Amino acid sequence: MLMNLFKFKGGVKPPTNKTQSVTLPIAVAPIPSRLVVPLHQSIGGTPRPVVQAGDKVLKGQLIGEADGWISAAVHAPTSGTVLEVAMHTQPHPSGLDSLCVVIEPDGKDEWIARDLVDYKSMAPESVREKLQQSGVVGLGGAVFPTHGKLTASKTVPMDELVINGAECEPFITCDDLLMRERAEEVVRGIGIFRDLLQPKKVLIGIEDNKPEAAAAMRAAVEAVGEDFVVVQVPTLYPAGGAKQLIRVLTGKEVPASKRSTDLGVQCFNVATAYTAWRAIAQGEPVVSRLVTVTGNVGEPRNYEVLIGTPMDELLKLAHPHPDTDGIIMGGPMMGFLVPDRRVPVIKATNCLIAHDERLFPPKAPEMPCIRCGACARACPHELQPFEMYWFSRAKNFGKTQEYNIFDCIECGCCSFVCPSRIPLVQYFRFAKSEIWAREREKNAADQAKARFEFKQLREEREKAEKAEKLAKAAAAQAAKKAAEAAAAAAAPAESAAQPVAAEAAAPVTAPVPPAAAPATGDAEKAAKMATIEAAMARAKAQREAVQPKNTDNLTPEQQKAAADIEARRVAAHLIEPEPAQPAAPPDPKS
Amino acid sequence: MEIALAIAIMALGAVVLGAALGFASIKFKVEGDPLVEKIEAILPQTQCGQCGYPGCRPYADAIANGEEINKCPPGGTEGVQRLADLLGREVKPLDAEEKPKQLAIIDENTCIGCTLCIQACPVDAIVGAAKQMHTIIAQQCTGCELCLPPCPVECIRMEVIQENIDNWKWKYPVVEIKAAPISASDTTGGSGGMKEAA
Ligand code: SF4
Ligand code: SF4
Ligand code: SF4
Ligand code: SF4
Repeated sequence: MLMNLFKFKGGVKPPTNKTQSVTLPIAVAPIPSRLVVPLHQSIGGTPRPVVQAGDKVLKGQLIGEADGWISAAVHAPTSGTVLEVAMHTQPHPSGLDSLCVVIEPDGKDEWIARDLVDYKSMAPESVREKLQQSGVVGLGGAVFPTHGKLTASKTVPMDELVINGAECEPFITCDDLLMRERAEEVVRGIGIFRDLLQPKKVLIGIEDNKPEAAAAMRAAVEAVGEDFVVVQVPTLYPAGGAKQLIRVLTGKEVPASKRSTDLGVQCFNVATAYTAWRAIAQGEPVVSRLVTVTGNVGEPRNYEVLIGTPMDELLKLAHPHPDTDGIIMGGPMMGFLVPDRRVPVIKATNCLIAHDERLFPPKAPEMPCIRCGACARACPHELQPFEMYWFSRAKNFGKTQEYNIFDCIECGCCSFVCPSRIPLVQYFRFAKSEIWAREREKNAADQAKARFEFKQLREEREKAEKAEKLAKAAAAQAAKKAAEAAAAAAAPAESAAQPVAAEAAAPVTAPVPPAAAPATGDAEKAAKMATIEAAMARAKAQREAVQPKNTDNLTPEQQKAAADIEARRVAAHLIEPEPAQPAAPPDPKS
Repeated sequence: MEIALAIAIMALGAVVLGAALGFASIKFKVEGDPLVEKIEAILPQTQCGQCGYPGCRPYADAIANGEEINKCPPGGTEGVQRLADLLGREVKPLDAEEKPKQLAIIDENTCIGCTLCIQACPVDAIVGAAKQMHTIIAQQCTGCELCLPPCPVECIRMEVIQENIDNWKWKYPVVEIKAAPISASDTTGGSGGMKEAA
């Protein structure tokens, strides 16, 4: 099939080193003595453990429940007993720990009940959910939960589904062997993706250094009766980068800021299609994967390995030479030396390379950049690595972003060609993680600010509400008291002092209306005022009501005492807001 | 005559360009953020009051009015640096000890549910009800320590946030003078010196 292929700029041709590990067929690695299964193996939320120490688990049993939509479940790779759920070192460049479920296999490798379903009768939504529950993630290395990529954009029609079998990175051959030996299942898996996304065409890209794989895939496509197109793309690193393969097969450029579905294209790895088929058709969650074991070993080969197998146990199968001084996970271009040989194989582990000085001679020291531009010519994303390097080095992160550092896929082409042996990618990774950290901090600060402002607002509001309530209560009480006082004043006034009662009633009713209608703003003040006024009115009413009785037929001494008291009362009234107290004592005496 | 023409042309050019520039300066006027907003954007929003102001915003106001820029310990030296860059002032050493980022943790067995810490927390990071155990939402806690003093049973402690896989950062590449053969950095980011294996 002839097809018009596009090209991406740059790229390099490192020695492929693939032939060593393709001579032998895929072997099944034996069950190790202990499995350490990290819960966080894919992009997105960390799955929550659903087992605890002492639990018996069966192969394929759920041990980590997906946390949120972008997260994928984790399963027991074999039957056995959970020893602990604890922190263990991760196959991660940081060498830090993360939560793992440790399982002691019982050797029976007994499956849970597998429900075989016909996915064609299932709603697309439940197929996606099934994939999530089966822990299907992108096995090309990005480990993005697959179900999250299986929803077509609502606005852009899905033109192409690109299946990535390019496997451009040196040393790695697991996808090659998978396509050679299990092509039919891969093709059927692609069929699931096709049915969910409904693309106009399906393109399977395979580098032209894998003719056997391409032939096997073509045969399988024919056998299954599909119309997928198997395309052999030129061997050029990094043709297997999702963006590069999309570019080569469709001519579309996917910028960092966009999702590929927005351009009507989506890309999956062949191994992902394979596991998706196993999950849907056989009910087998992802509990193992193919791993190339190569490098400084006597018998390089591909193994089907249980997730959680310690790397050193796996490496032993391939007879590493005694001078092996480390294990690289992934390829030589994008991989890293694992921090500890006992770290487990995870879903992202496609290759283990036994490291030694013969294969990877120590690099000569870094020299200053001579601005030769070789890195820019090699960059498949047409970036300017030397500029990004300069600004990363100077920690001028804003500038690195202006030079589109987030479009960098860390392919390592620039470091590979740099005559000054500058570890460019390390600078870019440093800059990127600093920028991310800053972003996280900024988000946290924004959140804190919003919450702080909200709290202040709420406190204000609560204060106002409280004041209003107080004011209302005070007003109500004042009104009640006033009414009582008025009634009390009215009773004696009828018999003795009419004008006095009228005088008493007037000031009592007067302060009530202003207190009853408090503005929310100074409600508190109003409330205080109301209380004071009510108290004063109360006192006055009492005084007025009582006075006529007191002043009836008095002796001169009594009159003098009353005058004294009156004087005191006036003085007290100036100081005390409640003059009722000093006024009260003389009453019973008289 | 020619001279006069040349002068006239130049003058005309000057007038036209001047008008264009004047127009552009009005039309494309940049709406500058008020300074206080920019300052506040740099402050870490911990709302701890260690700067002597009742929150980051008041401190931002104060800085805009000439207050020193080195009084915010959570912002650290980097914060001072950024404020200095923004305001064109001199970088000063931080007027306090720089502390690593912390997180408050309530010992849930000791907590008596008095709600005092809830009232103290400026960002509502503590949840609980009267006489119920309280707990701190780790994501929201800014580590301001304001909840420590009010607690009558001293059940709140601060813990330094440890590096974990989620917040781990790639380190600045150092030029190695290496002896140990295993070091994470000699193959990360691509090994240029890869050879064809036998
Ligand atoms: S290849 Fe190396 S030396 Fe040349 S410009 Fe790029 S960084 Fe500088
Ligand atoms: S690592 Fe980044 S900058 Fe370097 S060549 Fe690859 S994409 Fe370009
Ligand atoms: S010291 Fe810093 S974080 Fe704390 S309130 Fe002041 S400005 Fe905000
Ligand atoms: S929980 Fe304590 S330390 Fe955390 S933000 Fe609230 S008051 Fe500050």
